[in-house]
Amino acid sequence: MSMSARYAARRRNNIIATVLALGATALGLGWLVLVLGALLWRGFSGLSIAVFTQMTPPPGASGGLLNPIVGSLILTGLAVAIGTPIGILAGTYLAEYGRYSRLSTVVRFINDILLSAPSIVVGLFIYEVMVAPMGNFSGLAGGVALAVIVIPVVVRTTEDMLTLVPNALREAATSIGLPRSMQIIRICYRAASAGMVTGVLLAVARISGETAPLLFTALNNQFWSTNLNAPMASLPVVIFQFALSPYKDWQSLAWTGALIITLAVLALSITARSLVATGKQP
Amino acid sequence: MVDMALHEEMVVSFAVVSRARALDRLRFGDVLFRHLTRLAAIAVLILLSGVIVSLISGSLPALRQFGFGFLTSERWNPVTENFGALAPIYGTLVTSLIAMLIAVPVGLMIAFFLTELCPQWLRRPVGIAIELLAGIPSIIYGIWGLFIFAPFLQETLQPFLINTLGHTPAIAPLFAGPPYGIGMLTAGLILAIMVLPFVTSISRDVFEAVPPVLKEAAYGVGCTRWEVARYVVLPYARVGVIGGIMLGLGRALGETMAVTFVIGNAHRVSASLLAPATTISASIANEFTEALGDLYTSALIALGLILFVITFIVLAAARFMLMRIERRIG
Repeated sequence: MSMSARYAARRRNNIIATVLALGATALGLGWLVLVLGALLWRGFSGLSIAVFTQMTPPPGASGGLLNPIVGSLILTGLAVAIGTPIGILAGTYLAEYGRYSRLSTVVRFINDILLSAPSIVVGLFIYEVMVAPMGNFSGLAGGVALAVIVIPVVVRTTEDMLTLVPNALREAATSIGLPRSMQIIRICYRAASAGMVTGVLLAVARISGETAPLLFTALNNQFWSTNLNAPMASLPVVIFQFALSPYKDWQSLAWTGALIITLAVLALSITARSLVATGKQP
Repeated sequence: MVDMALHEEMVVSFAVVSRARALDRLRFGDVLFRHLTRLAAIAVLILLSGVIVSLISGSLPALRQFGFGFLTSERWNPVTENFGALAPIYGTLVTSLIAMLIAVPVGLMIAFFLTELCPQWLRRPVGIAIELLAGIPSIIYGIWGLFIFAPFLQETLQPFLINTLGHTPAIAPLFAGPPYGIGMLTAGLILAIMVLPFVTSISRDVFEAVPPVLKEAAYGVGCTRWEVARYVVLPYARVGVIGGIMLGLGRALGETMAVTFVIGNAHRVSASLLAPATTISASIANEFTEALGDLYTSALIALGLILFVITFIVLAAARFMLMRIERRIG
C-alpha cells in the first residue's frame, strides 16, 4: 500500500470513529429526552390537587395518590432513621479507626457487593427474617428492607468524605488533648458534613424509586394506614399495580405517580450535587 | 488555721476526684464509640451473611425436592408443584447479553467522545445528562417500556427484523414468530439503556486516568484521535473498563421492575428473541405474593439464591478488577 493510501485510510477510520462517537452520544442523550418527555407528556395531564388530597380509587372511579405518597414518605423516613446511624458509624470505623485493618478490607469489599446487589434479593431476605416469622406483611418490614439498601450507600460516602478530611485537623485536635471520639464527632464530622449529607440524600434518591424490595415486605394498601404493623401503600408499588391494570384511570394515575417520583429523585440528586460542589470550595 | 488547711485540702481532693471522674467518663465514651463503630462495621458483614443464610434456608425445601434437576428443568407448573429454573436463568442471561452487546460499544464510544472529542465546556453537562439516566428509577423505565417503547417496537423494529433477518438462513430462528412487542429483545434493549450510564461513567473515569504523557507521545508521532483512543488509551485502561462492564452486567442481571413490565412472564425457553420469556427477578416479582404452598415459595427463593450467586460472582470479579486499577492509579 502506498503511503498516501494508508494515510487516507487512517483519516477515514478517524472520521468514521468520530461520527460513531457523536452518534453514540446523541443516542444516549436521545434516550434521556425520550423517557423524560414521555413522562412529562403522559404524567403532567393527570397532575391536580386531587392527586395529593385523595386516596387511591377503586377501578373506574376518580381519586388521588395521597395514601401511597404518605406511605412512601413514612417508609423512606423509617429506612433513613434505621440505616443512616449504622451507615455513618460503619463508615467512621473504615475511615478513622480501622483504615488499614484486615476487617476494613473485608467490610469494604462486602459493602461494595451490597451496594450493587439485586434489590429483589433484599426483599426476599427481609421476607424470610421478618415477614414470615411475624406472620404478616408490614410497613416496618418495608422500612427495614429499604434500610438495607441505604446502609451501603451511606457507608461508602461517609468513608470517602472522612478520608478527605486533612490529617492536620486530627493532629491539632490531638495536640489539645481531645479524645479520639470527640475529635471525630466535633472535628471530622463537621468538616465532612456536606459530603455526608449528600450521601444520605443520594440514598434517599435511590430508595424512593425502589419497588422490588417492597413488593413482599410492605406489600400494598388500598386504604389510609399509618400503622407500621400493617401492609402499607407506597408510590412505586401502586405504580406497578396500576400500570399493569386494564383500567385507563389507574394507568393515568400510574403515569402521574411516575412523574412525581422522577421529579423528586431528580431534585434530590441535583441538591446532592450542588452540596458537593459548595462543599469542595475551601 | 487548721480549719482553713483542712478546707483547702478538701477542695484540692474534690478537684482531683472530679477531674479523674471526667477523664473516666471521656475514656468510657471513647471506648464505647470505638466499639460502636466497629460493631456497625461488623453489622455490614452480618447483613450479607444474613442474606446468604436466609436464602439458603428458604430454598432448601425446593432444592431437596428437585435436587440438581432444578437447574436443568424447564417445567414450571404451580398446579402440580413441579418447578425448574432453566427458563428464568436462560431469560436472565439472554436479556443481559443483549443489553451488554449494545451498551458496551455505545458506552465506550460516549466515553471516547467525552474524553477526546468533546469541547471542555460541554463535558460536564453531557456527563451529568448521561448520569441522570442512571438516576431514573427502574420502575419508570418499566412503565415507559410497556406503554411507549414496546408498542413502538411492535410496529417498527420487530416487523423489520422478522422480514429481513428472519429470512436469513443461519440466524432465522432468533427472529421467528409474530411481533409481540414485549419479549426478550425489548427487555434487553431497556436494560441496555439502564446499563449505559454505568459503562460510560466508569470508562470515562479510567480513560481520564491515563497519563497524559502517553497520549501526548502518541499524538507526537502523528496518531489520529481514534488511534490514540484505540491503541493507547483503551489498552492502558483495559482492566478498569472490564471492571465497569462487569458492574453494569451485575446491574442488568439483577434488574427487576423494568424487565418485569416488558418480558411477558412466560416460563419457556425459546430461540426467538421476540418471544415472551421470563427472568429470575421478573418471576419472583410477578409470582411471589401469589405463590400458594411452601414448595412454590421455596422454589422462588431458590431462584433468588441462584440470582444472588451469579451476581455475587460477577460483582466480586468487577470489584477485584477495579481495585487493581485503583491501586495502579493511586
